[in-house]
Amino acid sequence: MRIYADNAATTKISAAARSAMLEAMEYYGNPSSLHSEGQKAAELLADARARIAKLLNADVKEITFTSGGSEADNQALLSAARLGEKKGKKHIISTAFEHHAVLHSLSRLEKEGFEVTLLPIPADGIVTAEQVKNAIREDTCLVSVMYANNEIGTVQPIAEIGAICREKGVLFHTDAVQAAGHLAIDVQAENIDLLSLSAHKFHGPKGVGVLYARKGIRLTNLIEGGAQERARRAGTENLPAILGMAAAFEEACGRIQNNDALAALRDRLIQGLAEIPHSLLNGDPQKRLPGNVHFCFEGIEGESLLLLLDDRGIAASSGSACTSGSLDPSHVLLALGRPHEIAHGSLRLTLCHENTAEEVEKIIQAVTEVVAYLRNMSPVWRTLQQTQEFIIK
Amino acid sequence: MALYSEKVMDHFRNPRNVGVLEDANGVGEVGNAKCGDIMKIYLKIENDVIVDVKFETFGCGSAIASSSMATELIKGKPLAEALQLTNKAVAEALDGLPPHKMHCSVLAEEAIKAAIKDYYDQNGIEYDHSQFPDCAHCEGCHL
Repeated sequence: MRIYADNAATTKISAAARSAMLEAMEYYGNPSSLHSEGQKAAELLADARARIAKLLNADVKEITFTSGGSEADNQALLSAARLGEKKGKKHIISTAFEHHAVLHSLSRLEKEGFEVTLLPIPADGIVTAEQVKNAIREDTCLVSVMYANNEIGTVQPIAEIGAICREKGVLFHTDAVQAAGHLAIDVQAENIDLLSLSAHKFHGPKGVGVLYARKGIRLTNLIEGGAQERARRAGTENLPAILGMAAAFEEACGRIQNNDALAALRDRLIQGLAEIPHSLLNGDPQKRLPGNVHFCFEGIEGESLLLLLDDRGIAASSGSACTSGSLDPSHVLLALGRPHEIAHGSLRLTLCHENTAEEVEKIIQAVTEVVAYLRNMSPVWRTLQQTQEFIIK
Repeated sequence: MALYSEKVMDHFRNPRNVGVLEDANGVGEVGNAKCGDIMKIYLKIENDVIVDVKFETFGCGSAIASSSMATELIKGKPLAEALQLTNKAVAEALDGLPPHKMHCSVLAEEAIKAAIKDYYDQNGIEYDHSQFPDCAHCEGCHL
């Protein structure tokens, strides 16, 4: 039996989402068509939009369907930048450990003449509202802080940051790709102006997401064409994916009340892995996503660990360079202040409601054994044992 | 297609000649933990022949497989032959490596050369210094 513990990468599609998608395929009409087939599709589309809006405490007019989290992040940042530019405001605040969909969009804006401040990441993996407040300037047009980090799972003080941005009159975007469907989100109470989410992170289909934009915020199109999505995103709507997302989102939000049970599995996993000598949990132990466990193990390299865990039937992730085709370690761990040699030995295990206590015990045993095996063939580990100059005590 | 060939996975899962050689008379270590790869090769050389070899590696799957394959390719071979081993030969013997992992085979070649150089140095044996270029495996690393 395989154990899937890489739910931050993507999730298994839920039965409800799958059946909603299959059903939607029967309604092949184009929602923009005036005939009955088209109008039936338009009705379903409006229904999905209303259900998703309600779960975020947003209005239907504030929901734009996109191809996923990356598109939503790109459009949010570009739109806020264009609005700022008009007022002569060309300063953007974000954090050093954002997803590349945000970081690369910011680099692009920098090339256009925007100035970007990336807030440093404190040791617990949580930026403070104070940091944001101190960085806001007269010419700041946007603050973009992720809801929860995709590697180490730490949850950011979104409501506090939202309140500060609202007070200062600065737009606030949050990349909620890892949080949506896992934590309760209320865009009004949290003063969120722009929010991105992606369906496949909460057991919905791939290739579909949402950009929430508060009423009155003019979006800049990334895709030009027809007047779909109130002329904010051209292209015939992917109705099956959108209906699958709505079904999955409802289900996932309904499970948030059971987060304690998932967090208990997480805490047991953290406790078990912390017993491995010279191991270190990354990020605050409690203020993190209920399924996220992220460790560094000194003296070994992450990819070998992943491949051997895979051999033992466990799907995990490292965040380490080797898997991504680059040799550089994770920018998130470097932002957290982990030295390169430690950042290479990382392991991310992300659980969901389908994982069991028995699976967690199997993971603990497998990781413990594989780490010991790899250390036994590591010249770095041998040297550390002789010198006792461990970085992780 | 999988990331690695069956051969790479075989050498990664069942590495040959892994460990420490207590009576080694040539030891070479190359790489850098910051880059994510360190290889250490232990050689026992008698009458210009590599009679035994062991390795220790900190690194990814292809780094471990490259070390394992390289030790197999030089075990029992005369030094002159071991010095001819190229990273390409290591990669080919593994049925290829992904382009961004080729540096692992370079490390294996360099680790063997470093161990042979160590043997020469320790035993006061004259050799052609141009056979041992400086470590240049880090071109893929952006530190």
